[in-house]
Amino acid sequence: MKSGSNLERVIASGKMAVTAELGPPMSADPHEVIKKANILKGFCDAANITDCQTAVVRISSIAAAFIALREGLEPVMQMTCRDRNRIAMQADLLGAAALGLKNCLCIAGDHQMFSAAGKLKGHPGAKNVYDVDTCQLVGIMRKMRDEGLQQGGDKLEVAPKFFIGASWTPMGDPMDFRPYNLKKKVDAGADFIQTQGIYDMELFRSQMEKARNLGLLERTAMLAGIIVPKSAMMLKYMDSSVAGVTVPKSLIERMNKAKEAAGDDKKKARELQEQEGIKITIELIQQALEIPGVRGVHIQAIEWESAIEPIVKAAGLYPRPTFPDA
Amino acid sequence: MIVGQQKPFDEIWEMVKGFKKVLVYGCNTCVAICHAGGGKEAEILTSLLRMKAAQEGVDLQVDHAAIERHCEPEFFEPLDEKVRTYDLVLSTACGVGVNFLADRLGGSMPVYPGINTTFYGGVPEAGFFVELCGGCGNCVLHLTGGICPIVRCSKSLMNGPCGGTNNGKCEVSNETDCAWFLIVERMKKLGTLEKLYEVQPPRDWSTGTHGGPRRVSLEHIRAYEEQEEKNAATEGRR
Ligand code: SF4
Ligand code: SF4
Repeated sequence: MKSGSNLERVIASGKMAVTAELGPPMSADPHEVIKKANILKGFCDAANITDCQTAVVRISSIAAAFIALREGLEPVMQMTCRDRNRIAMQADLLGAAALGLKNCLCIAGDHQMFSAAGKLKGHPGAKNVYDVDTCQLVGIMRKMRDEGLQQGGDKLEVAPKFFIGASWTPMGDPMDFRPYNLKKKVDAGADFIQTQGIYDMELFRSQMEKARNLGLLERTAMLAGIIVPKSAMMLKYMDSSVAGVTVPKSLIERMNKAKEAAGDDKKKARELQEQEGIKITIELIQQALEIPGVRGVHIQAIEWESAIEPIVKAAGLYPRPTFPDA
Repeated sequence: MIVGQQKPFDEIWEMVKGFKKVLVYGCNTCVAICHAGGGKEAEILTSLLRMKAAQEGVDLQVDHAAIERHCEPEFFEPLDEKVRTYDLVLSTACGVGVNFLADRLGGSMPVYPGINTTFYGGVPEAGFFVELCGGCGNCVLHLTGGICPIVRCSKSLMNGPCGGTNNGKCEVSNETDCAWFLIVERMKKLGTLEKLYEVQPPRDWSTGTHGGPRRVSLEHIRAYEEQEEKNAATEGRR
Protein backbone atom coordinates (compact mmCIF):
# COMPACT_ATOMS: atom_id res chain seq x y z
CA MET A 1 0.00 0.00 0.00
CA LYS A 2 1.28 3.43 -0.88
CA SER A 3 -1.04 5.36 1.41
CA GLY A 4 -3.36 2.80 2.97
CA SER A 5 -6.34 5.00 2.15
CA ASN A 6 -9.74 3.41 1.83
CA LEU A 7 -9.86 4.39 -1.83
CA GLU A 8 -6.54 2.70 -2.46
CA ARG A 9 -7.72 -0.45 -0.69
CA VAL A 10 -10.92 -0.65 -2.72
CA ILE A 11 -8.98 -0.26 -5.94
CA ALA A 12 -6.36 -2.79 -4.84
CA SER A 13 -9.13 -5.27 -3.96
CA GLY A 14 -10.21 -5.24 -7.60
CA LYS A 15 -13.71 -3.98 -6.80
CA MET A 16 -15.09 -1.02 -8.73
CA ALA A 17 -14.40 2.18 -6.81
CA VAL A 18 -16.91 4.97 -6.24
CA THR A 19 -15.91 8.54 -5.50
CA ALA A 20 -18.25 11.49 -5.07
CA GLU A 21 -17.78 15.19 -4.59
CA LEU A 22 -18.34 17.61 -1.73
CA GLY A 23 -18.14 21.33 -2.39
CA PRO A 24 -17.27 23.39 0.73
CA PRO A 25 -19.39 26.47 1.49
CA MET A 26 -18.60 30.18 1.31
CA SER A 27 -18.88 30.35 5.04
CA ALA A 28 -16.92 29.80 8.22
CA ASP A 29 -19.65 27.49 9.47
CA PRO A 30 -18.62 23.80 9.39
CA HIS A 31 -22.19 22.47 9.51
CA GLU A 32 -22.70 22.43 5.77
CA VAL A 33 -19.64 20.21 5.38
CA ILE A 34 -20.81 18.00 8.25
CA LYS A 35 -24.27 17.70 6.69
CA LYS A 36 -22.99 16.82 3.22
CA ALA A 37 -20.42 14.39 4.65
CA ASN A 38 -23.18 12.49 6.42
CA ILE A 39 -25.30 12.34 3.28
CA LEU A 40 -22.40 10.86 1.29
CA LYS A 41 -20.99 8.59 3.98
CA GLY A 42 -21.44 4.92 3.19
CA PHE A 43 -22.28 5.50 -0.46
CA CYS A 44 -18.81 6.24 -1.80
CA ASP A 45 -15.30 5.12 -0.97
CA ALA A 46 -14.04 8.66 -0.78
CA ALA A 47 -15.30 12.12 -1.68
CA ASN A 48 -13.38 14.87 -3.42
CA ILE A 49 -13.28 18.11 -1.49
CA THR A 50 -12.95 20.87 -4.06
CA ASP A 51 -10.28 23.54 -3.67
CA CYS A 52 -11.89 26.94 -4.29
CA GLN A 53 -13.47 25.69 -7.48
CA THR A 54 -14.06 28.31 -10.18
CA ALA A 55 -11.66 30.49 -8.20
CA VAL A 56 -14.29 31.36 -5.61
CA VAL A 57 -13.25 31.58 -1.95
CA ARG A 58 -14.67 28.76 0.18
CA ILE A 59 -13.54 26.71 3.18
CA SER A 60 -10.15 25.39 2.12
CA SER A 61 -10.01 21.86 0.81
CA ILE A 62 -7.71 20.67 3.59
CA ALA A 63 -9.86 22.07 6.39
CA ALA A 64 -13.10 20.75 4.90
CA ALA A 65 -11.41 17.40 4.22
CA PHE A 66 -10.44 17.19 7.85
CA ILE A 67 -14.01 17.94 8.95
CA ALA A 68 -15.30 15.23 6.59
CA LEU A 69 -12.76 12.75 7.92
CA ARG A 70 -13.91 13.48 11.46
CA GLU A 71 -17.43 12.63 10.32
CA GLY A 72 -16.25 9.28 9.01
CA LEU A 73 -16.19 10.13 5.32
CA GLU A 74 -12.85 9.55 3.64
CA PRO A 75 -11.87 12.68 1.72
CA VAL A 76 -9.82 13.21 -1.41
CA MET A 77 -8.33 16.60 -0.77
CA GLN A 78 -7.73 18.65 -3.90
CA MET A 79 -4.83 20.95 -4.54
CA THR A 80 -4.76 23.51 -7.32
CA CYS A 81 -1.58 24.95 -8.78
CA ARG A 82 -3.29 28.32 -8.98
CA ASP A 83 -3.03 29.40 -5.38
CA ARG A 84 0.22 28.04 -3.96
CA ASN A 85 3.86 27.92 -4.82
CA ARG A 86 5.89 24.76 -4.22
CA ILE A 87 6.76 25.90 -0.71
CA ALA A 88 3.15 26.34 0.36
CA MET A 89 2.13 23.16 -1.46
CA GLN A 90 4.64 20.99 0.35
CA ALA A 91 3.94 22.64 3.68
CA ASP A 92 0.22 22.00 3.17
CA LEU A 93 0.88 18.41 2.16
CA LEU A 94 2.85 17.79 5.34
CA GLY A 95 0.10 19.40 7.36
CA ALA A 96 -2.64 17.48 5.57
CA ALA A 97 -0.83 14.19 6.13
CA ALA A 98 -0.30 15.09 9.78
CA LEU A 99 -4.06 15.59 10.05
CA GLY A 100 -4.63 12.09 8.66
CA LEU A 101 -5.52 12.89 5.05
CA LYS A 102 -4.42 10.19 2.60
CA ASN A 103 -5.71 11.04 -0.86
CA CYS A 104 -4.86 14.10 -2.90
CA LEU A 105 -5.99 15.10 -6.36
CA CYS A 106 -3.69 17.50 -8.24
CA ILE A 107 -5.29 19.98 -10.60
CA ALA A 108 -4.28 23.14 -12.44
CA GLY A 109 -7.33 24.95 -11.05
CA ASP A 110 -9.75 27.22 -12.86
CA HIS A 111 -8.12 30.48 -13.82
CA GLN A 112 -9.11 33.37 -11.54
CA MET A 113 -10.62 35.25 -14.50
CA PHE A 114 -13.17 32.44 -14.50
CA SER A 115 -14.58 33.55 -11.18
CA ALA A 116 -16.05 36.62 -12.81
CA ALA A 117 -17.85 34.53 -15.42
CA GLY A 118 -20.68 33.41 -13.13
CA LYS A 119 -23.05 35.30 -10.90
CA LEU A 120 -20.42 35.83 -8.22
CA LYS A 121 -17.84 38.58 -8.16
CA GLY A 122 -14.90 36.27 -7.42
CA HIS A 123 -11.41 37.71 -7.57
CA PRO A 124 -10.54 38.30 -11.21
CA GLY A 125 -7.85 40.77 -10.13
CA ALA A 126 -5.98 38.20 -8.05
CA LYS A 127 -2.40 37.25 -8.82
CA ASN A 128 -2.15 33.56 -9.62
CA VAL A 129 0.85 31.41 -8.82
CA TYR A 130 1.38 28.53 -11.25
CA ASP A 131 4.86 27.93 -9.93
CA VAL A 132 4.44 24.27 -10.90
CA ASP A 133 1.82 22.59 -13.06
CA THR A 134 -0.23 19.45 -12.44
CA CYS A 135 2.36 16.99 -13.73
CA GLN A 136 5.04 18.67 -11.67
CA LEU A 137 2.88 18.69 -8.53
CA VAL A 138 2.20 14.99 -8.99
CA GLY A 139 5.95 14.45 -9.28
CA ILE A 140 6.66 16.49 -6.16
CA MET A 141 4.14 14.48 -4.15
CA ARG A 142 5.59 11.21 -5.37
CA LYS A 143 9.13 12.33 -4.57
CA MET A 144 8.04 13.29 -1.06
CA ARG A 145 6.32 9.96 -0.55
CA ASP A 146 8.71 7.53 -2.22
CA GLU A 147 12.06 9.22 -1.68
CA GLY A 148 11.35 11.16 1.48
CA LEU A 149 12.65 14.28 -0.22
CA GLN A 150 11.32 17.75 -0.80
CA GLN A 151 11.37 19.10 -4.34
CA GLY A 152 14.42 21.17 -3.45
CA GLY A 153 16.24 18.08 -2.18
CA ASP A 154 15.98 18.48 1.59
CA LYS A 155 15.15 15.35 3.56
CA LEU A 156 11.82 14.76 5.28
CA GLU A 157 11.93 13.04 8.62
CA VAL A 158 8.55 11.46 8.04
CA ALA A 159 7.25 11.44 4.47
CA PRO A 160 3.59 12.22 3.71
CA LYS A 161 1.98 9.11 2.24
CA PHE A 162 -0.60 10.17 -0.30
CA PHE A 163 -2.57 8.20 -2.81
CA ILE A 164 -1.93 10.58 -5.69
CA GLY A 165 -4.61 11.54 -8.17
CA ALA A 166 -4.85 13.68 -11.25
CA SER A 167 -7.69 14.70 -13.51
CA TRP A 168 -7.97 13.93 -17.19
CA THR A 169 -10.14 15.51 -19.87
CA PRO A 170 -10.21 12.66 -22.39
CA MET A 171 -12.30 14.55 -24.90
CA GLY A 172 -10.64 17.92 -24.59
CA ASP A 173 -8.94 19.20 -27.67
CA PRO A 174 -6.50 18.58 -29.21
CA MET A 175 -8.11 15.18 -28.76
CA ASP A 176 -5.35 13.12 -30.35
CA PHE A 177 -2.90 14.51 -27.80
CA ARG A 178 -5.07 13.74 -24.75
CA PRO A 179 -3.84 10.15 -24.31
CA TYR A 180 -0.29 11.54 -24.12
CA ASN A 181 -1.45 14.17 -21.70
CA LEU A 182 -2.61 11.26 -19.56
CA LYS A 183 0.68 9.43 -20.09
CA LYS A 184 2.58 12.40 -18.67
CA LYS A 185 0.47 12.40 -15.54
CA VAL A 186 0.95 8.67 -15.12
CA ASP A 187 4.70 8.94 -15.78
CA ALA A 188 4.84 11.69 -13.16
CA GLY A 189 3.27 9.33 -10.64
CA ALA A 190 -0.54 9.55 -10.70
CA ASP A 191 -1.94 6.49 -8.90
CA PHE A 192 -5.50 7.26 -9.92
CA ILE A 193 -7.24 9.41 -12.46
CA GLN A 194 -10.65 11.02 -12.31
CA THR A 195 -11.94 12.15 -15.66
CA GLN A 196 -13.97 15.16 -16.71
CA GLY A 197 -17.68 14.35 -16.95
CA ILE A 198 -18.42 11.92 -19.76
CA TYR A 199 -21.71 11.66 -21.64
CA ASP A 200 -20.39 10.35 -24.94
CA MET A 201 -19.34 6.85 -23.89
CA GLU A 202 -18.36 5.74 -27.39
CA LEU A 203 -15.88 8.57 -27.71
CA PHE A 204 -14.56 7.79 -24.23
CA ARG A 205 -14.20 4.15 -25.13
CA SER A 206 -12.02 5.03 -28.12
CA GLN A 207 -9.82 7.36 -26.02
CA MET A 208 -9.49 4.60 -23.43
CA GLU A 209 -8.34 2.23 -26.12
CA LYS A 210 -5.53 4.61 -26.99
CA ALA A 211 -4.62 4.89 -23.33
CA ARG A 212 -4.60 1.12 -23.07
CA ASN A 213 -2.32 0.82 -26.09
CA LEU A 214 0.11 3.15 -24.34
CA GLY A 215 0.11 0.72 -21.41
CA LEU A 216 -1.30 3.34 -19.05
CA LEU A 217 -4.27 1.48 -17.64
CA GLU A 218 -2.18 -1.05 -15.76
CA ARG A 219 -0.20 1.77 -14.20
CA THR A 220 -3.04 3.94 -12.98
CA ALA A 221 -6.61 3.41 -11.80
CA MET A 222 -9.06 5.11 -14.15
CA LEU A 223 -12.24 6.42 -12.55
CA ALA A 224 -14.74 7.58 -15.15
CA GLY A 225 -16.31 10.94 -14.32
CA ILE A 226 -20.09 11.22 -14.46
CA ILE A 227 -21.81 14.53 -13.77
CA VAL A 228 -25.42 13.91 -12.72
CA PRO A 229 -27.59 15.97 -15.06
CA LYS A 230 -30.38 17.97 -13.43
CA SER A 231 -32.15 19.43 -16.40
CA ALA A 232 -32.19 19.72 -20.16
CA MET A 233 -30.81 23.20 -19.77
CA MET A 234 -27.83 21.96 -17.83
CA LEU A 235 -27.05 19.35 -20.48
CA LYS A 236 -27.30 21.92 -23.24
CA TYR A 237 -25.04 24.28 -21.34
CA MET A 238 -22.45 21.62 -20.71
CA ASP A 239 -22.50 20.56 -24.33
CA SER A 240 -22.00 24.07 -25.65
CA SER A 241 -19.84 25.70 -23.00
CA VAL A 242 -17.92 23.26 -20.84
CA ALA A 243 -14.50 22.42 -22.18
CA GLY A 244 -14.03 18.79 -23.13
CA VAL A 245 -17.68 17.84 -22.64
CA THR A 246 -19.92 16.75 -25.48
CA VAL A 247 -23.45 15.55 -24.83
CA PRO A 248 -25.13 13.26 -27.39
CA LYS A 249 -28.34 14.75 -28.78
CA SER A 250 -30.29 11.69 -27.67
CA LEU A 251 -29.63 12.48 -24.01
CA ILE A 252 -30.69 16.10 -24.39
CA GLU A 253 -33.82 14.83 -26.16
CA ARG A 254 -34.64 12.48 -23.28
CA MET A 255 -34.37 15.30 -20.80
CA ASN A 256 -36.49 17.54 -22.99
CA LYS A 257 -39.19 14.88 -23.10
CA ALA A 258 -39.14 14.54 -19.32
CA LYS A 259 -39.55 18.29 -19.04
CA GLU A 260 -42.39 18.47 -21.57
CA ALA A 261 -44.27 15.63 -19.89
CA ALA A 262 -44.91 17.98 -16.97
CA GLY A 263 -46.74 20.54 -19.09
CA ASP A 264 -46.83 23.91 -17.37
CA ASP A 265 -46.20 22.51 -13.90
CA LYS A 266 -42.73 23.87 -13.11
CA LYS A 267 -42.25 21.86 -9.94
CA LYS A 268 -43.20 18.67 -11.69
CA ALA A 269 -40.94 19.52 -14.63
CA ARG A 270 -38.05 19.80 -12.22
CA GLU A 271 -38.88 16.53 -10.51
CA LEU A 272 -39.28 14.63 -13.77
CA GLN A 273 -36.02 15.97 -15.10
CA GLU A 274 -34.23 15.05 -11.89
CA GLN A 275 -35.63 11.53 -12.08
CA GLU A 276 -34.54 11.25 -15.69
CA GLY A 277 -31.13 12.64 -14.74
CA ILE A 278 -30.68 9.92 -12.16
CA LYS A 279 -31.74 7.29 -14.69
CA ILE A 280 -29.30 8.62 -17.27
CA THR A 281 -26.53 8.61 -14.66
CA ILE A 282 -27.17 5.00 -13.73
CA GLU A 283 -27.01 3.96 -17.37
CA LEU A 284 -23.82 5.95 -17.94
CA ILE A 285 -22.23 4.33 -14.90
CA GLN A 286 -23.12 0.86 -16.15
CA GLN A 287 -21.75 1.63 -19.61
CA ALA A 288 -18.57 3.13 -18.16
CA LEU A 289 -17.91 0.14 -15.92
CA GLU A 290 -18.00 -2.13 -18.95
CA ILE A 291 -15.18 -0.31 -20.70
CA PRO A 292 -11.97 -2.31 -20.31
CA GLY A 293 -9.57 -0.58 -17.94
CA VAL A 294 -12.18 1.41 -16.02
CA ARG A 295 -11.66 0.79 -12.30
CA GLY A 296 -14.49 2.84 -10.90
CA VAL A 297 -16.61 5.94 -11.24
CA HIS A 298 -16.37 9.48 -9.98
CA ILE A 299 -19.95 10.70 -9.59
CA GLN A 300 -20.45 14.41 -9.30
CA ALA A 301 -23.87 15.50 -8.08
CA ILE A 302 -23.17 19.20 -7.86
CA GLU A 303 -25.06 20.74 -4.93
CA TRP A 304 -27.23 17.62 -5.00
CA GLU A 305 -25.49 15.17 -2.70
CA SER A 306 -28.73 13.34 -1.88
CA ALA A 307 -28.77 11.94 -5.42
CA ILE A 308 -25.75 9.77 -4.70
CA GLU A 309 -27.54 7.21 -2.52
CA PRO A 310 -30.24 6.20 -5.03
CA ILE A 311 -27.74 6.23 -7.89
CA VAL A 312 -25.18 4.03 -6.16
CA LYS A 313 -27.88 1.63 -4.99
CA ALA A 314 -29.58 1.34 -8.39
CA ALA A 315 -26.25 0.92 -10.16
CA GLY A 316 -25.54 -2.15 -8.05
CA LEU A 317 -22.66 -0.49 -6.30
CA TYR A 318 -24.07 -0.78 -2.78
CA PRO A 319 -22.97 -1.71 -0.16
CA ARG A 320 -19.44 -0.30 -0.46
CA PRO A 321 -16.63 -2.61 0.55
CA THR A 322 -15.23 -2.28 4.05
CA PHE A 323 -11.97 -3.48 5.46
CA PRO A 324 -11.81 -4.97 8.94
CA ASP A 325 -8.59 -3.32 10.09
CA ALA A 326 -9.35 0.12 8.62
CA MET B 1 9.46 45.35 -28.89
CA ILE B 2 8.06 46.80 -25.71
CA VAL B 3 4.36 47.57 -26.00
CA GLY B 4 2.59 50.18 -23.93
CA GLN B 5 -0.62 52.15 -23.87
CA GLN B 6 -1.18 55.74 -22.88
CA LYS B 7 -2.63 56.13 -19.41
CA PRO B 8 -6.19 57.45 -19.22
CA PHE B 9 -6.09 61.21 -19.65
CA ASP B 10 -7.83 61.90 -16.34
CA GLU B 11 -5.19 59.92 -14.49
CA ILE B 12 -2.44 61.91 -16.22
CA TRP B 13 -4.20 65.17 -15.40
CA GLU B 14 -4.39 64.21 -11.72
CA MET B 15 -0.63 63.57 -11.78
CA VAL B 16 0.41 66.83 -13.41
CA LYS B 17 -2.13 69.42 -12.34
CA GLY B 18 -0.23 70.54 -9.24
CA PHE B 19 2.92 71.45 -11.20
CA LYS B 20 3.83 74.70 -12.99
CA LYS B 21 6.18 73.65 -15.76
CA VAL B 22 5.89 70.21 -17.29
CA LEU B 23 7.90 68.53 -20.03
CA VAL B 24 6.19 65.68 -21.87
CA TYR B 25 9.17 63.60 -22.91
CA GLY B 26 8.68 61.01 -25.65
CA CYS B 27 10.78 58.10 -26.81
CA ASN B 28 10.98 57.36 -30.51
CA THR B 29 11.62 53.64 -30.40
CA CYS B 30 9.22 50.90 -29.25
CA VAL B 31 6.53 53.10 -27.76
CA ALA B 32 6.45 55.19 -30.93
CA ILE B 33 5.71 52.08 -32.98
CA CYS B 34 2.80 51.19 -30.72
CA HIS B 35 1.49 54.78 -30.92
CA ALA B 36 1.71 55.26 -27.18
CA GLY B 37 4.63 57.50 -26.37
CA GLY B 38 6.68 58.66 -29.37
CA GLY B 39 7.36 62.31 -30.28
CA LYS B 40 4.00 62.56 -32.05
CA GLU B 41 2.03 61.21 -29.10
CA ALA B 42 3.99 63.48 -26.73
CA GLU B 43 2.98 66.45 -28.86
CA ILE B 44 -0.70 65.49 -28.89
CA LEU B 45 -0.71 64.87 -25.16
CA THR B 46 0.89 68.28 -24.66
CA SER B 47 -1.92 70.00 -26.56
CA LEU B 48 -4.53 68.11 -24.57
CA LEU B 49 -2.90 69.12 -21.31
CA ARG B 50 -2.73 72.76 -22.40
CA MET B 51 -6.40 72.71 -23.33
CA LYS B 52 -7.36 71.10 -20.05
CA ALA B 53 -5.26 73.62 -18.09
CA ALA B 54 -6.97 76.48 -19.93
CA GLN B 55 -10.41 74.96 -19.28
CA GLU B 56 -9.69 74.51 -15.60
CA GLY B 57 -8.06 77.91 -15.29
CA VAL B 58 -4.84 76.34 -14.04
CA ASP B 59 -1.55 78.13 -14.65
CA LEU B 60 0.46 75.38 -16.30
CA GLN B 61 3.20 75.49 -18.91
CA VAL B 62 3.48 72.29 -20.92
CA ASP B 63 6.14 71.59 -23.55
CA HIS B 64 7.22 68.48 -25.37
CA ALA B 65 10.39 66.85 -26.62
CA ALA B 66 11.50 63.43 -27.76
CA ILE B 67 14.69 61.49 -28.16
CA GLU B 68 15.57 58.26 -29.92
CA ARG B 69 15.88 56.10 -26.80
CA HIS B 70 15.27 56.50 -23.10
CA CYS B 71 17.46 53.61 -22.04
CA GLU B 72 20.99 54.75 -22.88
CA PRO B 73 22.79 57.83 -21.54
CA GLU B 74 24.11 59.31 -24.78
CA PHE B 75 20.65 60.04 -26.19
CA PHE B 76 19.77 62.18 -23.19
CA GLU B 77 22.84 64.40 -23.19
CA PRO B 78 21.84 67.04 -25.77
CA LEU B 79 18.63 67.83 -23.86
CA ASP B 80 19.84 67.43 -20.27
CA GLU B 81 20.13 71.12 -19.56
CA LYS B 82 16.71 71.95 -20.99
CA VAL B 83 15.09 69.11 -19.03
CA ARG B 84 16.39 70.50 -15.74
CA THR B 85 14.49 73.79 -16.29
CA TYR B 86 11.13 71.99 -15.71
CA ASP B 87 9.59 70.98 -12.43
CA LEU B 88 8.12 67.70 -13.74
CA VAL B 89 9.01 65.34 -16.53
CA LEU B 90 6.06 63.31 -17.76
CA SER B 91 7.85 60.55 -19.62
CA THR B 92 5.96 58.65 -22.28
CA ALA B 93 8.78 56.16 -22.61
CA CYS B 94 8.28 52.61 -21.37
CA GLY B 95 8.83 51.81 -17.71
CA VAL B 96 12.51 51.21 -18.46
CA GLY B 97 12.85 54.75 -19.77
CA VAL B 98 11.02 56.26 -16.81
CA ASN B 99 13.26 54.40 -14.34
CA PHE B 100 16.37 55.22 -16.31
CA LEU B 101 15.66 58.94 -16.47
CA ALA B 102 14.56 59.09 -12.83
CA ASP B 103 17.86 57.46 -11.80
CA ARG B 104 19.76 59.84 -14.06
CA LEU B 105 18.08 62.86 -12.49
CA GLY B 106 18.81 61.36 -9.10
CA GLY B 107 15.93 62.91 -7.18
CA SER B 108 16.58 66.47 -8.41
CA MET B 109 13.12 66.45 -9.99
CA PRO B 110 10.26 64.00 -10.37
CA VAL B 111 9.68 61.80 -13.44
CA TYR B 112 6.14 60.48 -13.85
CA PRO B 113 4.89 57.77 -16.22
CA GLY B 114 2.57 58.80 -19.06
CA ILE B 115 2.00 55.27 -20.31
CA ASN B 116 1.33 51.84 -18.93
CA THR B 117 4.05 49.51 -20.11
CA THR B 118 2.22 46.35 -21.00
CA PHE B 119 4.32 43.59 -22.53
CA TYR B 120 7.02 42.39 -24.91
CA GLY B 121 5.21 41.71 -28.10
CA GLY B 122 5.04 41.64 -31.85
CA VAL B 123 2.94 43.52 -34.42
CA PRO B 124 1.22 40.89 -36.58
CA GLU B 125 -0.72 43.68 -38.31
CA ALA B 126 -0.78 47.46 -38.11
CA GLY B 127 -2.40 48.60 -34.89
CA PHE B 128 -2.48 45.11 -33.37
CA PHE B 129 0.02 43.95 -30.77
CA VAL B 130 0.35 40.59 -29.06
CA GLU B 131 2.37 39.44 -26.09
CA LEU B 132 4.98 36.88 -27.07
CA CYS B 133 7.65 36.71 -24.37
CA GLY B 134 7.81 37.30 -20.64
CA GLY B 135 11.58 37.65 -20.29
CA CYS B 136 11.77 34.57 -18.07
CA GLY B 137 15.55 34.33 -18.39
CA ASN B 138 15.53 30.67 -19.38
CA CYS B 139 14.02 30.26 -22.82
CA VAL B 140 12.30 26.99 -23.68
CA LEU B 141 11.06 27.81 -27.17
CA HIS B 142 13.07 24.91 -28.61
CA LEU B 143 10.80 22.55 -26.64
CA THR B 144 7.53 24.20 -27.61
CA GLY B 145 7.74 24.86 -31.32
CA GLY B 146 8.58 28.54 -30.90
CA ILE B 147 5.42 29.30 -28.93
CA CYS B 148 6.00 30.69 -25.44
CA PRO B 149 4.22 28.67 -22.74
CA ILE B 150 5.16 31.19 -20.08
CA VAL B 151 3.13 34.14 -21.32
CA ARG B 152 0.97 32.69 -24.06
CA CYS B 153 -0.56 30.06 -21.73
CA SER B 154 -2.68 31.75 -19.07
CA LYS B 155 -1.36 29.33 -16.45
CA SER B 156 2.29 29.24 -17.65
CA LEU B 157 2.00 25.48 -17.91
CA MET B 158 5.08 23.52 -18.92
CA ASN B 159 3.11 20.30 -19.43
CA GLY B 160 -0.06 21.53 -21.07
CA PRO B 161 -2.72 21.67 -22.24
CA CYS B 162 -5.00 21.93 -19.22
CA GLY B 163 -8.63 20.83 -19.26
CA GLY B 164 -9.82 24.32 -20.13
CA THR B 165 -8.99 24.28 -23.85
CA ASN B 166 -12.20 24.78 -25.79
CA ASN B 167 -12.19 24.72 -29.58
CA GLY B 168 -8.57 25.83 -29.53
CA LYS B 169 -9.32 28.77 -27.25
CA CYS B 170 -8.17 29.35 -23.69
CA GLU B 171 -10.57 29.11 -20.77
CA VAL B 172 -9.94 32.75 -19.82
CA SER B 173 -11.55 34.08 -22.99
CA ASN B 174 -12.84 32.73 -26.27
CA GLU B 175 -10.82 35.44 -27.99
CA THR B 176 -7.54 34.08 -26.62
CA ASP B 177 -5.83 31.22 -28.42
CA CYS B 178 -4.83 28.33 -26.20
CA ALA B 179 -1.04 28.30 -26.41
CA TRP B 180 -0.89 24.56 -25.82
CA PHE B 181 -3.34 23.86 -28.59
CA LEU B 182 -1.04 25.86 -30.86
CA ILE B 183 2.05 24.14 -29.48
CA VAL B 184 0.67 20.65 -30.15
CA GLU B 185 -0.37 21.59 -33.69
CA ARG B 186 2.98 23.28 -34.39
CA MET B 187 4.96 20.32 -33.06
CA LYS B 188 2.93 18.00 -35.28
CA LYS B 189 3.86 20.08 -38.32
CA LEU B 190 7.49 20.14 -37.27
CA GLY B 191 7.39 16.36 -36.84
CA THR B 192 8.62 16.68 -33.25
CA LEU B 193 5.44 15.91 -31.30
CA GLU B 194 7.19 13.20 -29.28
CA LYS B 195 9.21 15.92 -27.55
CA LEU B 196 5.97 16.81 -25.79
CA TYR B 197 5.61 13.30 -24.35
CA GLU B 198 8.31 13.97 -21.77
CA VAL B 199 7.40 15.49 -18.43
CA GLN B 200 9.11 18.84 -17.96
CA PRO B 201 10.32 19.13 -14.35
CA PRO B 202 9.56 22.13 -12.12
CA ARG B 203 11.27 25.25 -13.46
CA ASP B 204 13.92 27.32 -11.79
CA TRP B 205 12.15 30.67 -11.80
CA SER B 206 15.09 32.47 -10.24
CA THR B 207 16.25 33.49 -13.72
CA GLY B 208 13.04 35.52 -14.01
CA THR B 209 11.68 38.33 -11.87
CA HIS B 210 11.41 35.90 -8.96
CA GLY B 211 15.15 35.88 -8.34
CA GLY B 212 15.34 39.58 -7.49
CA PRO B 213 16.49 42.38 -9.85
CA ARG B 214 18.55 41.06 -12.74
CA ARG B 215 21.68 42.35 -14.44
CA VAL B 216 23.69 41.26 -17.43
CA SER B 217 27.38 42.13 -17.34
CA LEU B 218 29.49 41.62 -20.45
CA GLU B 219 32.99 41.75 -19.04
CA HIS B 220 34.81 41.78 -22.37
CA ILE B 221 32.82 44.76 -23.58
CA ARG B 222 33.32 46.61 -20.32
CA ALA B 223 37.06 45.91 -20.36
CA TYR B 224 37.31 47.11 -23.94
CA GLU B 225 35.42 50.33 -23.19
CA GLU B 226 37.62 50.97 -20.21
CA GLN B 227 40.76 50.52 -22.33
CA GLU B 228 39.40 52.87 -24.97
CA GLU B 229 38.80 55.51 -22.34
CA LYS B 230 42.35 55.08 -20.99
CA ASN B 231 43.74 55.34 -24.49
CA ALA B 232 41.80 58.51 -25.12
CA ALA B 233 43.07 59.97 -21.86
CA THR B 234 46.74 59.18 -22.63
CA GLU B 235 46.33 60.55 -26.13
CA GLY B 236 44.95 63.75 -24.67
CA ARG B 237 47.96 64.09 -22.44
CA ARG B 238 50.40 63.77 -25.30
S1 SF4 C 1 10.34 30.93 -22.60
FE1 SF4 C 1 10.98 32.75 -21.46
S2 SF4 C 1 12.50 33.80 -22.74
FE2 SF4 C 1 11.46 32.27 -24.04
S3 SF4 C 1 9.80 33.43 -25.02
FE3 SF4 C 1 8.93 32.57 -23.13
S4 SF4 C 1 9.23 34.11 -21.53
FE4 SF4 C 1 10.51 34.65 -23.28
S1 SF4 D 1 -6.61 26.66 -21.97
FE1 SF4 D 1 -4.58 26.49 -22.92
S2 SF4 D 1 -3.65 28.56 -22.76
FE2 SF4 D 1 -5.42 28.47 -21.36
S3 SF4 D 1 -4.53 27.91 -19.41
FE3 SF4 D 1 -5.20 25.97 -20.37
S4 SF4 D 1 -3.40 25.25 -21.51
FE4 SF4 D 1 -2.99 27.38 -20.97
